[in-house]
Amino acid sequence: MSEKVKVRIDGEVLTATTGQTILEVARANNTYIPALCYMEGLSAVGACRLCMVEISGVGKLQPACTTPVQEGLAVVTASPQLEAYRKIALELLFAERNHVCAVCVSSGHCELQTLAQDHGVTHVRYPYGYPRLAVDTSHPRYVLDHNRCILCSRCVRACAEIEGAHVWDFAGRGIRSMLVSELSRPWGEATTCTSCGKCVQACPTGAMAEKGWGVEEMTKQRSVVSRLSSMREGE
Amino acid sequence: MSKITIDHVTRIEGHGRITIRLDDAGKVSDARFHVTQVRGFERFTVGRPYYEMPSITSRICGICPVSHLLASSKACDEIMAVRIPAAARQLRELLHCAQIVQSHALSFFHLSAPDLLLGMDADPARRNIAGLLEEHPDALRDGIALRRFGQQVIERLARERVHPSWVVPGGVNAPLDPQAREKTLAEIPAAAAIVARTLALWKRAVSDFPDEIDAFSNFPTMYCGLVGPDGSLRLYDGNLRFVGPDGAMVADQVRPDDYASVIGEATLPDSYLKAPYYLPSGHPEGIYRVGPLARLNVADRCGTPDADRELDEYRSRFGRIVQSGFHYHYARLIEATYALERMQELLDDPAILSTKVRAHAGVNASEGTGIIEAPRGTLIHHYRVDDNGAITWANLIVATGHNNLALGRGVLQVAQRFVDGKRITEGALNRVSALVRAYDPCLSCSTHALGMPALLLELRGPDDELLDTIATS
Repeated sequence: MSEKVKVRIDGEVLTATTGQTILEVARANNTYIPALCYMEGLSAVGACRLCMVEISGVGKLQPACTTPVQEGLAVVTASPQLEAYRKIALELLFAERNHVCAVCVSSGHCELQTLAQDHGVTHVRYPYGYPRLAVDTSHPRYVLDHNRCILCSRCVRACAEIEGAHVWDFAGRGIRSMLVSELSRPWGEATTCTSCGKCVQACPTGAMAEKGWGVEEMTKQRSVVSRLSSMREGE
Repeated sequence: MSKITIDHVTRIEGHGRITIRLDDAGKVSDARFHVTQVRGFERFTVGRPYYEMPSITSRICGICPVSHLLASSKACDEIMAVRIPAAARQLRELLHCAQIVQSHALSFFHLSAPDLLLGMDADPARRNIAGLLEEHPDALRDGIALRRFGQQVIERLARERVHPSWVVPGGVNAPLDPQAREKTLAEIPAAAAIVARTLALWKRAVSDFPDEIDAFSNFPTMYCGLVGPDGSLRLYDGNLRFVGPDGAMVADQVRPDDYASVIGEATLPDSYLKAPYYLPSGHPEGIYRVGPLARLNVADRCGTPDADRELDEYRSRFGRIVQSGFHYHYARLIEATYALERMQELLDDPAILSTKVRAHAGVNASEGTGIIEAPRGTLIHHYRVDDNGAITWANLIVATGHNNLALGRGVLQVAQRFVDGKRITEGALNRVSALVRAYDPCLSCSTHALGMPALLLELRGPDDELLDTIATS
């Protein structure tokens, strides 16, 4: 049974419902907390670490997307320390793979690029990994470029939770983690894929795109996934 | 015996090095032009989806990214096996003409005018844009205005002046804004007046350079360029034509997808720049040149009234086949005239406003070749793809590559004429650079190279010992 609770976000006292996360309460009250792996309508996994917030009385930062509210919780969503950590998180995402905005189909419509701009990431202080990664062009309509994947798992969850196909998953550990379709079959050969394209629309970067679009041309309808989810809530 | 190295060549796009070898008597025995960077576009694009190639390959160069964008998109059109909408074809040619105008303006005014208007022997401290501003402010202003016109038309059409994304496989991604059409039509007369003024100026001044005309790559080669079905000058489309040093037809109407039957590629031990040659003649006998000089040699006519009038006068002065590399400058101005007239013709046709500007298709052919006449000459993009559209092989032959052999031979000719081992004058060094500059080589394009600007002149003895190094700046 959900209850009303009072929480304080950046000094403002807000009424929330138990079961809600800090991120949900903040966004419902027009307080912006950056996030990449979070997507409304999908389960939260706390993978990208961009939504970290400071909680009064708690010694370490907590991800806003997976931390539920409770009575009396006091949260700080923006501080010099948080800004510094978010910048580090973004820079590490860039360093890990080969993100070349200049030739990317999603340039201008990319959540990673936008966040980097918003957070003043003018350069990356860590050595780039420059991994040699393949592009999976095997699907007739869509393309997966691992160079641009940030392992946020939005595609995994959109496919499993909304479409119910669960084509996508991760293989490997740590920096060798790779998005795989159906036990590492090429996407075009995945028998469970319905070609619905929800994964493509959910992807925050140019990692998944419709085939045939040139640089800057891949705009995504990200609200599709959230809308489908909300329409199914009554079922 | 000694060797002079010019490292780097300045006022060109990219950087190169020239080595001049002297014999024991201090006379020039050999001279080489080296391109010192490698970039590897043909390798690292393997595996990418073909439709990303226009944006990736246009990154080869910031001076004429539009050339790569167009040649690459044409190759992609072939892979899609589509005939792009008529308006898209017109818009692409319009964009290309704007680029020809801005690039030729850059080459003539910004890069070469200090040599041409201030003199080859002028004080190097003043032989630059600042010196031009003092002595020829009107010409400099004209140059800046002409380049700005071309760049602004590109921006108006394609939204960005450098590295636009408007040209896409299958056409262009937005129709022409009627206001952009009106604005451009209104600006063409002023741009044409600049070109006419500059041509008048150059026609008088060119006779002041008899030594340079005589010694700047003034040797027989074949010439290559695109021509229309009627043999007229083409910049955006057409088929390849090769003519001999005397103007005799060597090969005509070679379809773009058949280029490999006439062009072979040799690699040189001392340069990252490949050396294409006319295949049936072999290497290095198959030496040919491309670019403005070559295009006007291969074409029967330009096909627009003002440019044809200028072409007639040019041919009456220097012959049907113009051999001296110094006349690249003159040819560039005639081409700028042609490009502006073509822009007028294209914009006068209301059909250019059609909103049907893009064909969509998947992979319908495993191979595609796109050829255009870039400002510096014939540009070839040739790709192969797998069934899913991933690039499996790519070959790029750029304008400066075609001219590689001629550039090397030209450097030797000009060094023999102007460089004397006993006294290396600034004017002599500059003439070597100016020869390179006449070709308007784009070294970043040619090796698809990245890096610092400019020319190092090395003086080397018979045993390759470095005797002197002079950098021009």
